[in-house]
Amino acid sequence: MKAPALLAIGLLAWASFALAVDSTPPLSNPVLQQRYLALTHELRCMQCQNEALADSPVGLASDLRRDVRELLQAGQSDDQIRDHMVARYGEFILLRPRMNWRNAWLWSAPAVFMLIGVIIAVRVLRDRRRRVDIDELDADVEPSER
Amino acid sequence: MNRFVLPLAAFALLLIVLIVGLRHAPEKGVIVSPLLGKSAPQFTLPDLLDEQNQLRTDALRGHWSLVNVWGTWCEECRVEHATLLQIKQQGRVPIIGIDWKDDDAQARSWLSEMGNPYDHVGADREGRVAIDWGVYGAPESFLVNPAGTVVYKHVGALSPQIWAQEFLPHLL
Repeated sequence: MKAPALLAIGLLAWASFALAVDSTPPLSNPVLQQRYLALTHELRCMQCQNEALADSPVGLASDLRRDVRELLQAGQSDDQIRDHMVARYGEFILLRPRMNWRNAWLWSAPAVFMLIGVIIAVRVLRDRRRRVDIDELDADVEPSER
Repeated sequence: MNRFVLPLAAFALLLIVLIVGLRHAPEKGVIVSPLLGKSAPQFTLPDLLDEQNQLRTDALRGHWSLVNVWGTWCEECRVEHATLLQIKQQGRVPIIGIDWKDDDAQARSWLSEMGNPYDHVGADREGRVAIDWGVYGAPESFLVNPAGTVVYKHVGALSPQIWAQEFLPHLL
């Protein structure tokens, strides 16, 4: 009973900390605020590297959040803002990588594996059917002829 | 016998992929700048040491330059400072400093106490110019050619060895 209670208190304390990272007031336009939250969750904090901009307390992350807000208010699209960040920090800043010619093989891997699987399955099934056919042929043969 | 060949081949292939991945892992720590081979970003900054003056991208035109991003809050910058002074003394390239999100007074006393290796220092108080240069951790140093193209970038403190091995070959 004690451990779950402690865990709950710990989680609550952590949650309040997580909320405190981005202390700027929300954008007055709720649509822009929604896009702001989405973008800052899919852009990487370059200093801490495994955190999103939205979750990072370091100075560079708050500067980059400021830039995202300003670009949103200047009327830029999500893609324009992503391009703006990629032009400065490279594709690495996107936590959700985009497809390009260098990683196309990786994106196509699931389809390739699926294809390999289908080919194997077709072969196995065809093999099995042929074997069944042979068994049936064998069964047709009169016992006396064996 | 035959039925082991395919799984073994697959395993060998996986092993090769993992070994190649591991051997290239050390390079993964440093992010390759998309700025390399491109024009240096445009900037206008107040001159840290001369309030009347501004530091502009033109300061990089017509000669090689070393652009160094630093701050008094950055411990590695203290480590690197002696190397910058040596580079200044060699006189091969002017050093342009970008003082990143710093206190102007502290930055000025840092330079008067430890010596000033910079030909010009811009005060990037809001950190906007550093972002345009794709800076993610001071110190960072960029080599810019006479046409204003970024040729090389080093992340972390410079040392005489790094300067000799990674920067000087570009200048020859």
